Amino acid sequence: MRNNWWKIWSAVLLVYTFVAGLLGPVPALPLLQETIRNLYFHVCMWFAMMILFTVSVVYSIRYLRTLDLKYDIYARHFAVTAIVMGLLGYTTGAIWAAYTWADPNKPLINSFSTIARDPKLIGAAIALLVYFAYLILRDAVTDIDKRARISAVYNIFAYAILFPAIWILPRILPSLHPGNDGNPALDVKNDISASMRLVFYPAIIGWTLLGVWIATLKIRIQLLADKKMMS
Amino acid sequence: MKNLFSRSTLLVLLLTLSAVSFGQNASSSMDNVMRSNGQIYVVIAVMLTILIGLLLYLVRLDKKISKMEKR
Repeated sequence: MRNNWWKIWSAVLLVYTFVAGLLGPVPALPLLQETIRNLYFHVCMWFAMMILFTVSVVYSIRYLRTLDLKYDIYARHFAVTAIVMGLLGYTTGAIWAAYTWADPNKPLINSFSTIARDPKLIGAAIALLVYFAYLILRDAVTDIDKRARISAVYNIFAYAILFPAIWILPRILPSLHPGNDGNPALDVKNDISASMRLVFYPAIIGWTLLGVWIATLKIRIQLLADKKMMS
Repeated sequence: MKNLFSRSTLLVLLLTLSAVSFGQNASSSMDNVMRSNGQIYVVIAVMLTILIGLLLYLVRLDKKISKMEKR
């Protein structure tokens, strides 16, 4: 329990997010209406993903500096958990967009081509595909040391693509996603009231800690399996 | 300590569940709460059950791995 206080925080913050996220006051914005509550879930998935990818690349760099295979395992499992978060963010975003971006007077399928070619979605897809390639590249190399070194270097390149793909690229193209055409993603003055920030920031921390928890479990299993293989 | 934590969480969950099902009597105040505001509280109960269930699953997994690490 001594090193597990942050897991309790994760649970507490997530319960708070779910209750306050559904009951808390939100501004009545046109089109969005109550769906703005998705901010506490959809947007937090991407924040957690970015933080976990950052942790992953830090461990990749540490591996390259020390050549300790432990860090390679850390980097891999943080990246995998981040990919799961990213996929959840993508899926929830697709659902959200279907009911806010689509023309309600036409069948949903008619708006599909407009939504599917949105730069933000394409950027996010590129970022996730780059990380899928990270996993494929890893598993394609059988030599343990070579695999660790190649994938650590690749992870740094993937990280360099991540932020241009999900932030810069969509912003220089016309996009329906909030935070484009020069607007900041979080227009704190107009879009998000102070009461929403009281839920949003704890939600980011809660979801991120949940991701870290899952990643550490996967790391511990991997370390155990490796130990078993050695003995 | 860890055992105590997960047990107490389970206890709270079961208490909440029993309180919710208790509200089936039309006259109880819990029933009024659950049916107010377009029954949003029902959604919260469902979401919290899923969230707490997943968290308890993680706690159990964590404990199992800790046990394996000790061996």
